Amino acid sequence: MLDFSLTDEQLDAAQMVKDFVDSEVYPTIKEYDRKQEMNPAALPRMAELGILGINIPVCYGGQGFDYVTLGLVCEELERCDSTLRVVMSVHMGLNSMGVLQWGTEEQKQRFLTPQARGEKYAAFCLTEPGAGSDVANLRSTAKKDGDDYIINGEKMWISLASKAHHFLWFAKTDPAAGSRGITAFMVTSDMLGVTSGDIHGKLGVRAGSTGWVNCQDVRVPAANRIGEEGEGFKIAMSCLDNGRYTVAAGATGLIRASLEASLKYAQERETFGQPIATYQLVQQKLAYMQQWYDNARLLYLRAGWLKNQGIRNTRETSMAKWYATDHSFQAANEAIQIHGAYGYSDEYDVERYLRNSRGAIIYEGTSEIHQLMQAGYLLGTRKDKPLRRELPAYDPDFWQAE
Amino acid sequence: MKVVVCTKQTPSTTAVFTVNNGTVSWDDPGGKPNVVNPWDEYAIEEGIRLKENHGASDVIALAVGSEESKEALKTALAMGCTEAILVSDDAFAGSDAVGSARVWAAAINHVSDAKVALFGKLTIDDNMGVAAMMTAQKLGWTPLTFVSAIKEISEDSITVERLLDDGKETVTAPLPAVLSLVKEINEPRYPSFMGIRKANRAEIPVWSAGDLTVEGETGAAASKVDWSHVYTIPPREGSVTLIEADSVEEQAKLLADKLFEEKVI
Repeated sequence: MLDFSLTDEQLDAAQMVKDFVDSEVYPTIKEYDRKQEMNPAALPRMAELGILGINIPVCYGGQGFDYVTLGLVCEELERCDSTLRVVMSVHMGLNSMGVLQWGTEEQKQRFLTPQARGEKYAAFCLTEPGAGSDVANLRSTAKKDGDDYIINGEKMWISLASKAHHFLWFAKTDPAAGSRGITAFMVTSDMLGVTSGDIHGKLGVRAGSTGWVNCQDVRVPAANRIGEEGEGFKIAMSCLDNGRYTVAAGATGLIRASLEASLKYAQERETFGQPIATYQLVQQKLAYMQQWYDNARLLYLRAGWLKNQGIRNTRETSMAKWYATDHSFQAANEAIQIHGAYGYSDEYDVERYLRNSRGAIIYEGTSEIHQLMQAGYLLGTRKDKPLRRELPAYDPDFWQAE
Repeated sequence: MKVVVCTKQTPSTTAVFTVNNGTVSWDDPGGKPNVVNPWDEYAIEEGIRLKENHGASDVIALAVGSEESKEALKTALAMGCTEAILVSDDAFAGSDAVGSARVWAAAINHVSDAKVALFGKLTIDDNMGVAAMMTAQKLGWTPLTFVSAIKEISEDSITVERLLDDGKETVTAPLPAVLSLVKEINEPRYPSFMGIRKANRAEIPVWSAGDLTVEGETGAAASKVDWSHVYTIPPREGSVTLIEADSVEEQAKLLADKLFEEKVI
């Protein structure tokens, strides 16, 4: 049975997040974007309101909502600005959901619970200065030393680098084994030898924290290893299935923001004695933006529905991420065109939307990677094999039990 | 001690109104067309704080209106009220301010042991701001209007700060009391995620005329308000005059003279 309806609970949760960003984030976003700083109140408020644990079971400190609600929340966050959606991508999609899927019960208590409560912020450390899409080529190493591992390496383009307490870190335990030699660890910011810093001068997401994290002879207990030795590549890819979902939903919000701004401006701005919305070439742009929004939303909600059912969704999530991010860039670009010269200035929001949209076409799989993935599925060269641990299906009784 | 919060469902602050043959309708392209009256959010918040900080046992949200008003009550529950009750009956529909106060008083009386009733300063649809005072009169309770802080509360008395045009005053009054609150009193919280879930699953009971002892007439037939001629206010027409002079001071003088002449100041 195909059901396109959303529940009042899901819609009310999204509305609450919309009210929060409208009243607490939007009024100062330009200021922080110009300063290239993160609003210091952003993360504590997201924690306090429960957003950082929205779809984690209540027994692990979360709010017990489903994966679809996570998508709706990300759409609302990025409709205002990409920075807070990026928080959800790394803290929730790439880290917390990874621990939910792969962590032991003890690790869920130790890492997931404080993360879901917002007492600890979480990041994902896969990309390195010399290894982005080429994950198997990462250089970070983890050498076994008694009951510990000694980790060395540098990670780059890490969201929340300077804010996070927990880093899901991928390192080679067997450098000769390629992607099968990668292992995942939870490195904490208080461990000796962990340093981090922010990068400035980015094109977009300037009100967010993006940076580098370095591990120099960091001693990590084996109890912090997530999954088995050599399982890190699979863990990283499954985390990306969730991170990409949040990126797709967020980019959908950016399309909506571009459309809403354009619709308003086109009905106010007059040229040659009439509102520009009366011109068919402007109408065409608005119509396309609506089409992109509808398509992107349907694609991410399908992925969210599959997650709720516990059905593997790597292909569907990849499609949603590829489509939504590509079209969020196009929507922001068209929004600037509709705004004319004003759109080129930061007096209006649409230039920020364009700058923010660009990064998502690169991170969490470039659009080119997603095209290769789709082609791989079509040609039969890519198949999803069952994982030792799948993302658990949404079970309301378990998720909501207090 | 039980606290009653009196709420109303109103059009949203960004709703767009149209009048067609005397019938008013509205929609909000950016969100929900109906919301809990924004002023009532301060009353809901203060009610919850009375429970959190002053030992109130129950915070009961009431709404008088149609079935749709359950949406406003859901917001109150999601924010943290312990109970919500809809007061709804065809006999109450179309009541004027006095008729409404009679219904409010009967409903508040029906909540046993209620000591405090909280209203927002006014509702954004009627903009009259008289409900709290009229209800207090019908109940025989102490009216406390323009309350900007509850300083102390005990079983039998309350001390509040009132925000007046020329300053603030601190008043101590016996309970039970009806308070109308101004926005300076608090910062309303957002509904919590857990609250949203609970609110959506809550069965909201409905009290009808048969459940209450309403003294006096209510409903459209008893209303003294005449709604027979409802129309859209015609757009204001204006023109712009540029004041020209040799100096800014001279321009300011000409502007001031003009404003005096037009009796603007």
